[in-house]
Amino acid sequence: MILLTRKAEFSSAHFYWNDAWSEEENRRVFGKCANRNGHGHNYTLEVTVAGEVDPVSGFVVDLKQLKDILEREVVSVYDHRHLNLEVPEFAKAIPTTENIAIAIWQRLEGKIPNAKLHRVRVYEMPDLFADFYGER
Amino acid sequence: MKAYLSRRYHFPASHRLHSDAYDAEQNRAVFGKCNHPHGHGHNYAVQVTVSGEVDPETGMVCNLADLDAFAQANLLDRFDHTNLNLLDCFRESVSTTENLTIEIHRIFRGFTAAHLERVHVEETSNNSFDYAGNVDLRFI
Ligand SMILES: [Zn+2]
Repeated sequence: MILLTRKAEFSSAHFYWNDAWSEEENRRVFGKCANRNGHGHNYTLEVTVAGEVDPVSGFVVDLKQLKDILEREVVSVYDHRHLNLEVPEFAKAIPTTENIAIAIWQRLEGKIPNAKLHRVRVYEMPDLFADFYGER
Repeated sequence: MKAYLSRRYHFPASHRLHSDAYDAEQNRAVFGKCNHPHGHGHNYAVQVTVSGEVDPETGMVCNLADLDAFAQANLLDRFDHTNLNLLDCFRESVSTTENLTIEIHRIFRGFTAAHLERVHVEETSNNSFDYAGNVDLRFI
């Protein structure tokens, strides 16, 4: 088995807010991330897939194909969008780095031919990232 | 859903690799320029990975503000702009980045809001160290 990682980038706006809480509670837990006017990040996505090397092509997956899948399933939906307001999975779930990694996993699961999704890593900033391995 | 959150912290510090168990010549032979008498320094980068269930209320493994406050009080306030050799933790052991990584792992075990998975320390951009206690690091 070999692991292969492909990167993609998207730039999006978001804010953190739990509707079940008071404004004060939101401020206390989420700090400046609770500003409802939103703020934004340059996100970097790293998708790692696991598979066997095809003896003929020498590939685990066709990188061009993987790039197209990431573009179609994730980047075209998230890039230059407001995650809370324009991306359906964040109508309820708060678009934290953890939840973005889980949502991207769910978008990609079963869509990559000949390889198994191994890890989704999302960098919100160079000093902060979340990993999801499909563990429920 | 179990997720892993990694946060990077940065601090410059000086150190000198030297063991009292060796004589001067052995120290020079083993540690090379890292044994130069007045020490030298690095911009250390520490990457702490914690894990846990994502809280449906907050969308978080743990509140980043809590992790940052813990790191400020227990890591940065202690190591930032210091001479590592003068700290208690290196009184008995050489201030290699292996030992530093193990010490930082010990420190972050005290962070109770999430499970500590591993500590990764970069001494320079060309070398780095990982410690996760007595677990197999391969699949993390
Ligand atoms: Zn943000």
